[in-house]
Amino acid sequence: MRILLVDDEGELVSTLAERLSFRGIDADWVTSGEEALKKAETETYDLAVLDVKMPRISGIQLKGMLEVKYPDMKFIFMTGHGSEDDFRAGSSKAYYLVKPINIEALVSKINEVLKD
Amino acid sequence: MRILEKVIPKFLRDDNNELDKDRLNFRRLWRLSVLLTAVVSLVPLVFMTLLHYHLAQQYLESESYNHTYRFVSNTWRYVASFLDERKTVLELFAHQYSFEELNNQGQLEAIFDNVKKRLGGIRDIGVINSSGIQTNYVGPYKLKGINYSNQEWFKKVLKHNSYISDVFLGFRNAPHMVIACKFDQPDNSFFVFRVTLDLEQINRMLNQLEMAGSTCTSLVNHKGMLQTTCRHHPEVLKKMSYPVPKFATESQVIEGKDPKGRPVLIGYRYIPGTPFILMIVEQKGAILSTWHKSQIQLVAFLVGSVTLIVLVILGVATYLVNRIYVADRERVSSLHKVEYSNRLASIGRLAAGVAHEVNNPLAIINEKAGLIKDMFTYKKMYSEDTKLIGLIDSIISSVERCGTITKRLLGFARHMEVSIRSINVREVLEEVLGFLEKEAEYRSIKVSLNVPDDIPEFESDRGKVQQIFLNLVNNAFAAMEDGGSLDITVKRKDEDFISATVTDTGCGIKEADIKRIFEPFFSTKTKKGGTGLGLSITCGLIQEIGGKINVQSEVGKGTTFIITLPLKFDKERK
Repeated sequence: MRILLVDDEGELVSTLAERLSFRGIDADWVTSGEEALKKAETETYDLAVLDVKMPRISGIQLKGMLEVKYPDMKFIFMTGHGSEDDFRAGSSKAYYLVKPINIEALVSKINEVLKD
Repeated sequence: MRILEKVIPKFLRDDNNELDKDRLNFRRLWRLSVLLTAVVSLVPLVFMTLLHYHLAQQYLESESYNHTYRFVSNTWRYVASFLDERKTVLELFAHQYSFEELNNQGQLEAIFDNVKKRLGGIRDIGVINSSGIQTNYVGPYKLKGINYSNQEWFKKVLKHNSYISDVFLGFRNAPHMVIACKFDQPDNSFFVFRVTLDLEQINRMLNQLEMAGSTCTSLVNHKGMLQTTCRHHPEVLKKMSYPVPKFATESQVIEGKDPKGRPVLIGYRYIPGTPFILMIVEQKGAILSTWHKSQIQLVAFLVGSVTLIVLVILGVATYLVNRIYVADRERVSSLHKVEYSNRLASIGRLAAGVAHEVNNPLAIINEKAGLIKDMFTYKKMYSEDTKLIGLIDSIISSVERCGTITKRLLGFARHMEVSIRSINVREVLEEVLGFLEKEAEYRSIKVSLNVPDDIPEFESDRGKVQQIFLNLVNNAFAAMEDGGSLDITVKRKDEDFISATVTDTGCGIKEADIKRIFEPFFSTKTKKGGTGLGLSITCGLIQEIGGKINVQSEVGKGTTFIITLPLKFDKERK
């Protein structure tokens, strides 16, 4: 299981990757949409955890781009806005986590997504 | 008091708001419109009335002057012609008959009867010879044989050939006047033919000419002695109350005063060939009395008109200014509502911005602390050090607390936008109370929330419901002293409505104020910075989502607001 973490906050995303590795999840991280697209060309990922609000390419746009190239890839969104319920109301398929993220909630969500 | 409130418009009596300048402006506007309208409408009316009064007075005075003048001229002509006719008749008979024939008793009686019947106005008739002896006489007195040679009138006849006397007593010792003419005989002697005029008939004639009221028409001689009577001078040969007027050949009218000092118009004319002056005295007040009556009616009409105009001006100005005032208040109230909503939206946006910006560093702190914990936990280096793990857990729990606050702020900001959605009233109330949690804790205010499980979720504008409760809870907190208690209870009222009661143990509202608390700008907290719009806006919001609000309050014990909200949202309202 390989996971790609994308967030413009490098400090956050790098730490998150490290914490996931402690839990046996192999995660790469990048800080922009462009880097994510490049990274996805060189590696195969089962799941991408994307920040919704990023400069230039937003998380939603990035999901669209990756979905076209890698239809099997799963996605989880992270957001600093509002509650998960609000985002669920807007879209039913994607999974959302609200920052600050509880690591255990992230792990359980990853497992949940990959089981789907 | 209530009648007074109905009569006096609100902008004149309302002294309980912060818009002092506006209120004063409306009073000034009212005063100005009343004053200007009154001046524009009353000045021409009063001016025209005074002008009319002045012109009418002038016209009537001139008319009364002319009237007296005409009256004098006509009466003069009448009296002069009366005297002249009798003198002419006397001359006619003297020429027709000889002295001898006139001394015939039967002949003289025939002449007397003829004149009396056809002309009238004579009392007796007599023939006097050149020695002054009355040789023949027809009349009521025994005057035949009387010697007139020493009488004044006889001497005047001899001197002037004809003479009309003024009134004297004579041998009959009764006031009378005579017309006498001297006629020469062929034998160089002469005789005097004389008639005595009927003074009663002259008096009657003049009195008949007197107009109703206070006119006095009489003949006076050149010494001012009365020759005839009038209503103010019942006796002849008495001195007239007015001085003898200056000689004039034409009719004259002069102003004077009667013995009582009242103004009079004196018309007079000298009758040539006689010792008489015709004098007509008219009371000026009596002449102008009709005019005075009409002037009183005019003044009464003016006073009535002015009163009516002033009342109409007051009514119309008050009505119009009050309408403008009400419209202005509504405008200001709407502006305040918009400003209030904008302010809330700005606060929401600011809160969302701050929350978002704080969220990222919080997330980093969260992850870093989590990593440290992971490192220590997974690498078992410090897993036994409970203090260190405790410290890290403390950091993580603090971050979670901050996260809860930022989530709440973001949620609040989002709900400011108008959106109809299914809402859970318990969640809304918990969110509202969450903002005041710390204040309640600091002030030892006990807050209890009772929402039974049978309250369904319902469609409404979440932002408005949130604002309604936030305003009511804020008001309750402001009304309470430290240590009070706030109770919010929601109940299912019927199939279509729920009710929420917000009860505080605050200072309460006076009975007189209860009716006014939902009015815009009514506030009992003006000195504490209240705008008087909170409850007005709350009431407006409740009406917008189809609900109702009631209030019960007791001074010193507390206040309960009861809100009824519909479970189905009327889409037309949206």
